[in-house]
Amino acid sequence: MKNGNGKNRREFLKECALGVLVAGTARFSFADANVNRVNAVGAKSKVVIARDPSLYGASATPDPARVRKLLDQAIQNFAESSDPITPWKKLVHPGEVVGLKVNTIAGPGLSTHVVLVEAICERLKQAGVKPSNIVVWDRTNEELERAGFTLSHDPNRVRILGTDSKDVGYDENVLMFGSAKSRLSNLLTRVCDCMINVPILKHHGGAGVTLAMKNMYGVNDNPNKLHANNCCPGVADLNMLPPIRNKFRFVVADAMTGCFEGGPRFAPQYAWRYNGIMVASDPVAIDFTGWQIIERKRAERGLKSLSQVGIPPKYIAVAADAQHRLGTDDPNRIALVEV
Amino acid sequence: MTRRSIHRTTFGILLPAILSLAVGCQHKSAPTINFFPQSNEVAGWTKAPEVRTFTPDLLYTYIDGDAEKYIKAGVRSVSTADYKFKDQVQVVVDVYTMSNPEGAKAIFDSEPAMGALIPSYLGHEDDARLFLQSLIFRKGPYLVRMVAYQESPEIAQAMFDLGLAMEKKLSR
Repeated sequence: MKNGNGKNRREFLKECALGVLVAGTARFSFADANVNRVNAVGAKSKVVIARDPSLYGASATPDPARVRKLLDQAIQNFAESSDPITPWKKLVHPGEVVGLKVNTIAGPGLSTHVVLVEAICERLKQAGVKPSNIVVWDRTNEELERAGFTLSHDPNRVRILGTDSKDVGYDENVLMFGSAKSRLSNLLTRVCDCMINVPILKHHGGAGVTLAMKNMYGVNDNPNKLHANNCCPGVADLNMLPPIRNKFRFVVADAMTGCFEGGPRFAPQYAWRYNGIMVASDPVAIDFTGWQIIERKRAERGLKSLSQVGIPPKYIAVAADAQHRLGTDDPNRIALVEV
Repeated sequence: MTRRSIHRTTFGILLPAILSLAVGCQHKSAPTINFFPQSNEVAGWTKAPEVRTFTPDLLYTYIDGDAEKYIKAGVRSVSTADYKFKDQVQVVVDVYTMSNPEGAKAIFDSEPAMGALIPSYLGHEDDARLFLQSLIFRKGPYLVRMVAYQESPEIAQAMFDLGLAMEKKLSR
């Protein structure tokens, strides 16, 4: 498949990897390059957290203008770009079908905000992606609607739909890696060329933390089979399945409202406004960073650490091990930038 | 209504009522019950027609990985309904039917009481916690959880009233 620059996917990936090796440190590098980057000597995975204490103001919902600005801040900083469009042009290409995998299982209180998704879609369109080539998706239509999304199957507009939509469903091929033996959504395997992961920062009663990698439990047909042992190695194994590993492009994490206890469902008493957007191309590094944020909040509220309550997010370390190499959980190899 | 005034109201007016939640009959089994008050059965509350019910094997489709905790505690089914208070505040009410009261207690006790307007009353067979935007109580083998999706000065009191109505239904 040729992209908008006339390069095929292999050339593009090679270019990205080479760019990383040359850059050596936490330079801008999108597109599947995370695996190459963390293996490069001296390379660091960059995680950017942009926060705005006035994001909500006096409202119950975040200010759309401030969300757009925050997104721009985050991605421009990540890409070291002076304008907000160029990073998206490097991230995706006009001919690609771009999937935005959101997280809507917790309903309107603790799901990916519609306003953030709208901001991403706007930037993608400005970067040359046709609206019809943008697919916002999650497991079910019902969950999307409950989270505030308006379903759209119109092929001329941004499509918003669940895997349970008519004529979508799960791919007939069963894919396996370690403990993961799953069929994946056709939206990922057959519709989308690449995926931007748009998860939400949450505590998780089984896994400890759910952010980027755990969000892939909304991609497969049998997430219930992968929850044993704190979802470990289930999360790491699932993320190794080729369509997930190969099509994953970037994480834009919704950390505007997070929860430090009671997740993954919405429990208002354990939710707080972090007022942030986090971005990274390394799903392990951003999960590790999110974990630390949740631990700090738990400590602040007098709660025991996740390890002390028996739910350490150990899948994060497994995702970084030699069998998975999905990214790094070594804080010395994570370049954390807060803006 | 300030947080302090809510506290005053809660302890002054609701305390006797919430204690009544904590005293109830013990269910040996989990018969099918119409748990949910209908529209206007409790002042200000409107119920959506649909009640969704999840069996243990499909509970993950509703609450993802949290399902494991409930399965371990012996959940038999979960029913959930949407409500609106005064056509403004969206509230989801879940009823977890466990195999026995111990299962409901195990879940209830596993959750921190921090921030509760009325914290747990240890020593009672049944128990309840009211927060600014949520209410959780257990009644025999049932665990009821209400979550409001908007803030409102009235919602804590309103959820409490709805909880009392549900408690009566669960006592039958």
